[in-house]
Amino acid sequence: MSLTTPLTRNVRDDRRPTDMAAYEANGGYQGLRAALAQSPEDCLQVLKDSNLRGRGGAGFPTGMKWSFVPMGDKCSPGHKYLICNADEMEPGTFKDRLLLECDPHQLIEGMIVSAYTLQADVAYIFIRAEYHQATRLLQEAIAACHEKGYLGQDILGTGYQLEMHVHSSAGRYICGEETALISSLEGKRANPRAKPPFPQVSGLWGRPTIVNNVETLCNVHHIIERGAEWFKSLGLTEDAGTKLYGVSGRVKNPGCWELPMGTPVRQIIEEYAGGMEDGYNLKGFLPGGGSTDFLTEEHLDLAMDYDTIGKAGSRMGTGTMIILDDKTCPVGFVKNLVAFFARESCGFCTPCRDGLPWSAQVLDDIQNGRGQEEDMDTLARQVKFIGAIGNTHCALAPGAMEPLQSAMKYFPEAFENHLSGNCPHCNGGTH
Amino acid sequence: MSEANSMNLISALSQEELQAIDAEIAHVPYRDAVAIDALKIVQAHRGWVSDESLSAIAAHLHMSADELDGIATFYNLIYRRPVGDKVILLCNSISCWIKGCDNLQQRITEELGVELGETTSDNRYTLLPVTCLGACDKAPVMMVGDELHEDLCEESIIRILGGSTTP
Amino acid sequence: MPTIRIDGVEYEMEAGKNLLESCLSLGLDLPYFCWHPAMGSVGACRQCAVVQYLTDEDEQSGRGRIVMGCMTPVTDGAIFSLDGDRAKGFRESVVESLMLNHPHDCPVCAEGGECHLQDMTVMVGHRDRVYRGQKNTHRNQYLGPLINHEMNRCITCYRCTRYYKDYAGGTDLAALASHDHVYFGRHQEGVLESEFAGNLVEVCPTGVFTDKTLVNDYTRKWDLQSAPSVCTGCAVGCNTVPGERYGRLKRVHNRFNAEVNGYFLCDRGRFGANFVNNDERLESPGLRNQTGSYDPVDHHHALQVMAEACSGARVAGIGSPRASVEANYLLRNLVGEDNFSPGFNDREHKLVNLALELQQASSAVTPDIRSIESADVILILGEDLTNTAPRLALALRQSVRNKAFEMAADLRLESWQDAAVRNLAQDQLSPLFIAATGSTRLADVAEENITLAPQNIARLGAAVAASISGHAGEDLEPEIAGHVEAISTALRAAKRPLIISGTSCGNAEVMQTAADVAEALCQSGQQTMLTLTVPEANSLGQAMLAGPDSPSLGKLAADGNFDVLVILENDLYHRAPEPEVERLLATADTVIVLDGLDNRTTSAASLVLPAASFAETEGTLVSLEGRAQRHYPVFAPKGERRPAWVWLLACSKELGLSTAADLHHFDDITRDCAANIADLAGITGAAPDHHFRNAGVKIPRQPHRYSGRTAMRADISVHEPKQPVDEESPLAFTMEGLNRSQPGSLLPFVWAPGWNSNQSLHRFQSEVGGPLRGGTAGMRLLGPGQAKESGPRENPPAFSPTQGQWQLVPRYRIFGSEELSALSLGVAELCEDGYIEIRADDALGLEVGEGDGLNLNDGLATLEVKINNSIAAGCIGYAAGHSGTANLTPGENISLQKAQGWKRRRPQLIGSDRSTEIGSGND
Ligand SMILES: Cc1cc2nc3c(=O)[nH]c(=O)nc-3n(C[C@H](O)[C@H](O)[C@H](O)COP(=O)(O)O)c2cc1C
Ligand code: SF4
Ligand code: FES
Repeated sequence: MSLTTPLTRNVRDDRRPTDMAAYEANGGYQGLRAALAQSPEDCLQVLKDSNLRGRGGAGFPTGMKWSFVPMGDKCSPGHKYLICNADEMEPGTFKDRLLLECDPHQLIEGMIVSAYTLQADVAYIFIRAEYHQATRLLQEAIAACHEKGYLGQDILGTGYQLEMHVHSSAGRYICGEETALISSLEGKRANPRAKPPFPQVSGLWGRPTIVNNVETLCNVHHIIERGAEWFKSLGLTEDAGTKLYGVSGRVKNPGCWELPMGTPVRQIIEEYAGGMEDGYNLKGFLPGGGSTDFLTEEHLDLAMDYDTIGKAGSRMGTGTMIILDDKTCPVGFVKNLVAFFARESCGFCTPCRDGLPWSAQVLDDIQNGRGQEEDMDTLARQVKFIGAIGNTHCALAPGAMEPLQSAMKYFPEAFENHLSGNCPHCNGGTH
Repeated sequence: MSEANSMNLISALSQEELQAIDAEIAHVPYRDAVAIDALKIVQAHRGWVSDESLSAIAAHLHMSADELDGIATFYNLIYRRPVGDKVILLCNSISCWIKGCDNLQQRITEELGVELGETTSDNRYTLLPVTCLGACDKAPVMMVGDELHEDLCEESIIRILGGSTTP
Repeated sequence: MPTIRIDGVEYEMEAGKNLLESCLSLGLDLPYFCWHPAMGSVGACRQCAVVQYLTDEDEQSGRGRIVMGCMTPVTDGAIFSLDGDRAKGFRESVVESLMLNHPHDCPVCAEGGECHLQDMTVMVGHRDRVYRGQKNTHRNQYLGPLINHEMNRCITCYRCTRYYKDYAGGTDLAALASHDHVYFGRHQEGVLESEFAGNLVEVCPTGVFTDKTLVNDYTRKWDLQSAPSVCTGCAVGCNTVPGERYGRLKRVHNRFNAEVNGYFLCDRGRFGANFVNNDERLESPGLRNQTGSYDPVDHHHALQVMAEACSGARVAGIGSPRASVEANYLLRNLVGEDNFSPGFNDREHKLVNLALELQQASSAVTPDIRSIESADVILILGEDLTNTAPRLALALRQSVRNKAFEMAADLRLESWQDAAVRNLAQDQLSPLFIAATGSTRLADVAEENITLAPQNIARLGAAVAASISGHAGEDLEPEIAGHVEAISTALRAAKRPLIISGTSCGNAEVMQTAADVAEALCQSGQQTMLTLTVPEANSLGQAMLAGPDSPSLGKLAADGNFDVLVILENDLYHRAPEPEVERLLATADTVIVLDGLDNRTTSAASLVLPAASFAETEGTLVSLEGRAQRHYPVFAPKGERRPAWVWLLACSKELGLSTAADLHHFDDITRDCAANIADLAGITGAAPDHHFRNAGVKIPRQPHRYSGRTAMRADISVHEPKQPVDEESPLAFTMEGLNRSQPGSLLPFVWAPGWNSNQSLHRFQSEVGGPLRGGTAGMRLLGPGQAKESGPRENPPAFSPTQGQWQLVPRYRIFGSEELSALSLGVAELCEDGYIEIRADDALGLEVGEGDGLNLNDGLATLEVKINNSIAAGCIGYAAGHSGTANLTPGENISLQKAQGWKRRRPQLIGSDRSTEIGSGND
């Protein structure tokens, strides 16, 4: 059987959710049965072999991440937790919503298999507050699973037990950062935590914890059911599987599609997104959400995978592209992003808390005709100060600098035009 | 805090609210771990979290009002000030910005007479900005109450807001 | 020991430390804000950034990454750059960012001149402001009479909440809001509840939290004259640095002593010394005239009167546990050993002597604070430490974290990784068991809180001791029996068990059984610690000096047949029941009182001699730990005031006493006392004598930048007065001399080049957080004792309440239970009037409610009712040391009647009420 779009096979055109009956009718919960027939160690091995990389943005190999969780006797007595990161708030990212709203059982099956592999006994779905429909669907799906014996004290008679809860958040983008998410799930302020210790050994309530993205988890039971080789065969490049790619901005057909990992950028934009809207030309694009570096036309033929995009000086991030067109002002574009990150800073560490608002302020000055020559130096300094992992307590602030630093690199004239009062977009344009 | 004192504070919460909070407590190893859930439960009933409600929740969770307020004020969707009957969450993140959310905001402001953060004088709406709503392919978007509205334009905005104001 | 390379230089480092503390210990200037030696690292401020290289090649090519010194362990072979442009540039950017919203109000800021933010700003070289935006501003809160709030100066280092909540267990200060709106304050304005809130003043690296009592009577740090001192608030003996200007005590700061108080004081200690400036201070000697008022006389005259009265007369001396060893010793010599009372009331006399005796006889160690913090299982019998020996309570909040450190060690997580250790351990604590007469302020960290009547606390202790030594216990009441197993099991499993009891619940058997538990643990081979609290700063010294056979106040009153009574710094009306005091005073024709403040006892005197306060004299005090410590005058006493020892020595000489013939200096008294009193033989070791010179010169009380010395009296006279000469100590009342590397007991202030704030302390420590370079101040007088043979002791009888009778149990308050601190500005506002605490069911039966009055034993006292359900059944609590309670004796059985016609006291103003009067507390 060749299943080429495992993640979206239950997604209907009208986006109505797939219920338990429909999900089972289409082969649902077979992955769970397959997993329970194996040992957790075997499941983990399959996952490692599959080369699945985290879909939450950083692309860390999932099997490797899981292998740090203490197993068996090496784990002190107590709970082990699996958390699904459904806090999707990265600007320009709208892929997890699709999976959550159209096929909640797929996520739950993926989570049960994942939890079994990790021998976790409690699972949480941390979902952003605004996803009301998805929250309700997940709750219903969990209840349905209890009825079917997929969740609870003795799952399918194997003795494995797992409880699952949906936690609806209360806002704040930083909650998506996995350690901030853990703080928030503990009922605290969502300040990220320093690593080490990694959540795998000391996470939620000090216990071993794994946090994975919705899309990552949705893959797991497919892999266990169909094998690592199948999964690898889905991808066009080294990074295996399929990927939900999205495009937003001034394209004819903005949307989100499951495509083979490594599909070329041009194909995604031109074929699936239908190319640019009439009258607009592509000036640049952020390949995977608001905290990735700009790429431009010259990068259109690159494969959308972690390594290729990384080598081109950006990150594949969430795989949802944001298009900068030639009628939108790059300065306004990055101002919007930097202001977003400034507002969403948790306020814990200095460069982020105070550096981002200043950067946003400078961009605002430039955008609104109050800019001065030295402002470019200030921005360059801020990029150096804030824009490297390790300079700040977590990755929010360095991410925030990525669009800015690359805009300064690729679109210097946009800043100069503003400083000299001649921005073609902002003088009479929309922005 | 004396027991009597704390009972007194807690009495500001309804039985329904307390039951919902207790149901959450059953899932977690520490009582105060449900702080955010409890704030949301009370907010769902009352629209916002007053000082009185906050102190009541804190007493019920055996934590201080100060600590709970630190949590409440961290999260943008916990309202520590009264809001209108419905909150308009207008996405102003990048994809919506490209598609003109600034103009929409201006249009809303003209229509309802409120800036970001304000509540209409008839108390129907509070207008707030929100982070990317995860519907960028349908930008610009906003939420009114729990409902998501996609592919907005100036006309549809007026229709939606006008529409939901007619009883 | 790992070797690391910093900017090309190799250093050997101590393993297990982070790079920041290691650098500071090496004397390298690495700026920081959020890290604190006692609180560890969280990596918030990013100020301590350095560049780390993975390989030599990386270093050559400059390919390193920024890491935080405070979050980076020193590992062998690690390579860092502190001084490279990248590291320096980053650190400058951090300060630049922190200053964006700062009000730049240094001229009017109380922190000015001792501000860590100022220091760090200069250290990183940040100067030019580039930011053109608006500043964020905050509204400030009224936080009570002791602490000022100015949020606009905040740099968001999170030290305040980390200290207040995580370290000190406070719950009413939080970080609010997020991003660059983070605000540190209370949910609503009001008095900060923690008894340790004052440390915020020193923990905050800027001027957000400042000492309000200083702000209201302000002087810059560089204009303060300071001397090493010892807190007289309780028997813990925390080391302090009081600062003076214009003859007024301006503030008290912590003086680091690794073994006594570390970095922190309690609020009684920090704010309770202001009585030195009290208007009721006695100015000059006074003779009572016919009309009952006093005629001032000069000191020559006064001395003559005193000598004449004493000459050939039968003289009794009443010393004081709040006066120094030396003053008490001189009085004892003046009146003769047999006629000297240590000044304890009867019960206190018995209890304090027992506390001393038990410790001397115990094989358990009397621990210093570091040892206390290392305890892994703790049993407290009968003490509400937060109110009786506050600093120890703060230490216990650290002890209970040992469980967390053990868990961290299992994960090989360094203990300085503060947030990580807390996240790992969550609410897991080392076991602390508290048995007291009512709930205590450590209840939140205790595994079991047991409330019992004092006798039953003793029964519990006895049962635990029996269980540990394997003796069969007798049948116990269920309320006791239920706890014995858990406590003794935990104690037996402990590596470093600590037993704490003391005099405060007024019951000798409680202390006795605590010592028995400790002894039982020692016998089973465990390294055991035993701490017994005593009431006052020199209680233990007084017991050592006078011994158990000396007369208590009651005994003196009973035996009394004296012509003259000399009372040293002891308000008898505050200490003993009024009838007894009256009887005692009536035994003598002449009453001579030496004291600092006017009180009822001075009013009964025919001659009053104004004594210098602790801040104006030297003295040795013996703490509850048996540590003799020296305090020095911060400033010379004004006018006719004299240190009590000066009055007494002069009088002895006037009388021609042979015992005083060879005594000239303060040191002579100390030496003489050490030679004659076996228990006090060690006191000369408390500090160097007055001959000591630091590299040939004296140690200045004034910093180099002390200003206006020649102008301070310019409004009175243009002639510069000579500075007072200190002939009694190695310290000088000037700025000349050397304040470096001297013995720890002689450190009057900390200050180092580039480090103007209290953070300069590390330059005086052997390593960051370690003992002072010059050694730890004080001399321990208690060694490990010799255990007596002890079989099972007979169980104290069970408490059986009688119908209509309640047993009185004293309840202490950090503000109000101690006599002198209660007379200090700010603290006085927080003290309550005397009250009685009863259970709601008892109140119901007596038909009284909160705020009503209760009559005790038909007129022994009438006090306001507070409902407290935690009080042990059959007992009532009373506000010990508070007005209207002196006639009450612990353990006494009392009948209660509703007080008719009792006027509800004017409602106690709580902070949030007051704030509306004061405005928002801005100034
Ligand atoms: C500021 C910030 C926000 C993040 N937000 C999200 C998010 O909304 N959803 C998500 O899955 N991962 C998010 N991440 C990544 C998570 O920290 C984490 O790496 C991810 O959930 C791991 O899942 P994966 O291994 O399956 O990718 C965010 C990271 C940062 C630094
Ligand atoms: S970079 Fe610092 S302030 Fe920003 S979100 Fe992360 S921890 Fe918080
Ligand atoms: S002191 Fe190291 S980050 Fe603050």
